[in-house]
Amino acid sequence: MNLLVLAAETENPLVPPIPELVIGLIAFVIVFGFLAKKLLPNINKVLEERREQIEGGIEKAEAAQTEAQSVLEQYKAQLAEARHEAARLRQEALEQGTALKEELRAEGQRQREEIIAAGHAQIEADRKAASQALRQDVGKLATDLAGKLVGESLEDAARQSRTIDRFLSELEEKAEAAR
Amino acid sequence: MSADPTTVLAFETDCHIFDGCGFPAPGLHSFLFQPIFGDGDSNIYFNKTMLLALLGTVIIVGFFWMAFRKPKVVPGKLQMVAEAGYDFVRRGIVYETLGKKEGEKYVPFMVSLFFFVWMLNLWSIIPVAQFPVTAIFSYPVALAAIVYVIWMSVTFKRHGFVGGLKNLSGYDKSLGAVLPLVMVIEFFSNVLVRPFTHAVRLFANMFAGHTLLLLFTIASWYLLNGIGIAYAGVSFVMVIVMTAFELFIQAVQAYVFVLLACSFLQGALAEQH
Repeated sequence: MNLLVLAAETENPLVPPIPELVIGLIAFVIVFGFLAKKLLPNINKVLEERREQIEGGIEKAEAAQTEAQSVLEQYKAQLAEARHEAARLRQEALEQGTALKEELRAEGQRQREEIIAAGHAQIEADRKAASQALRQDVGKLATDLAGKLVGESLEDAARQSRTIDRFLSELEEKAEAAR
Repeated sequence: MSADPTTVLAFETDCHIFDGCGFPAPGLHSFLFQPIFGDGDSNIYFNKTMLLALLGTVIIVGFFWMAFRKPKVVPGKLQMVAEAGYDFVRRGIVYETLGKKEGEKYVPFMVSLFFFVWMLNLWSIIPVAQFPVTAIFSYPVALAAIVYVIWMSVTFKRHGFVGGLKNLSGYDKSLGAVLPLVMVIEFFSNVLVRPFTHAVRLFANMFAGHTLLLLFTIASWYLLNGIGIAYAGVSFVMVIVMTAFELFIQAVQAYVFVLLACSFLQGALAEQH
């Protein structure tokens, strides 16, 4: 220990001992060699890879987002189109329905009028036929009745007809007057 | 072996206050080591600081070997820590001073330098070792010399011989009459003072830190007698505080050493104005 004190007194701490200096250099060169030649290139490669992966991931995500956006817009456009189409169809159906209703109504009206007209004609014809038949029957009955009452034969057709017509006219006039 | 109070550390003896022995203050002798083998006179020897320097080398290489041997894109814990350290030097020091384009080439060197210096400093508070290797002037000198060689070769490679001299002497026409004076001072500062202070800054910080730690550690033991026990307690608290402080200083000094190396290179790479 006394040796160390002596050494300390003679030695200047700012004069570097050579063996330590050499060992220091060697030690540092070893560290530098391992790091510079193998380990740092290793990690740099991986850092680069990671950076690329992250950037790739971001790019992928961006692409997916863009695609999703375009698909969404497409869907929206389709939806709008479908809505428009539906509205158009509804409008068309409404118009067609209205037209159809109108047509049917007109048709019904026409048929009704036809039926009514046919009924009127039939009634008129029936009435005429009935009136004709009635006139003849009434004439015959009246002649028979008059013959029996007067006791004279009124066989002469012409006379008979004239007399009946006159009688009927009188009847009609009476009916008119009574009305 | 006689217990000479000025040479023996307190805890190697039974020397306490009031026992009639003086305070075994730490001094230059605390920074000298008997060779483990070899002869101190012949310059062929091996001592504690060399052992620690080589062990430190093994630890750094081992650490980075385990972390970066098979690096993964998704890092494990160890790789993450090592990456953080690597990135700190790369981005925080090299890219900051030299820029990404110029600096890339020097990243492996600066990373090695930072972790090497830090490890050698760290020995100061690692139990059993407890000696900052960089408190032996040889180690900072070796590292500063490497930086100096790189710095000078870059200067002359970049600017040529005359341009390099101009770069080192801060040649600037606009200075006019004081230019010669400035050039002499600048040249002296760059070529002689800078490398010296570069090495001394690290050495002196570690030397002083270790001395402080020694002082309080020895005092804690030395005062452990009678009323001195109370002061021993205070001294021991100081040991702990100083240990924490040293932990901080070690990292800072490693950072400063590398930062200065980078700033020298930055000056060398700067364009002539």
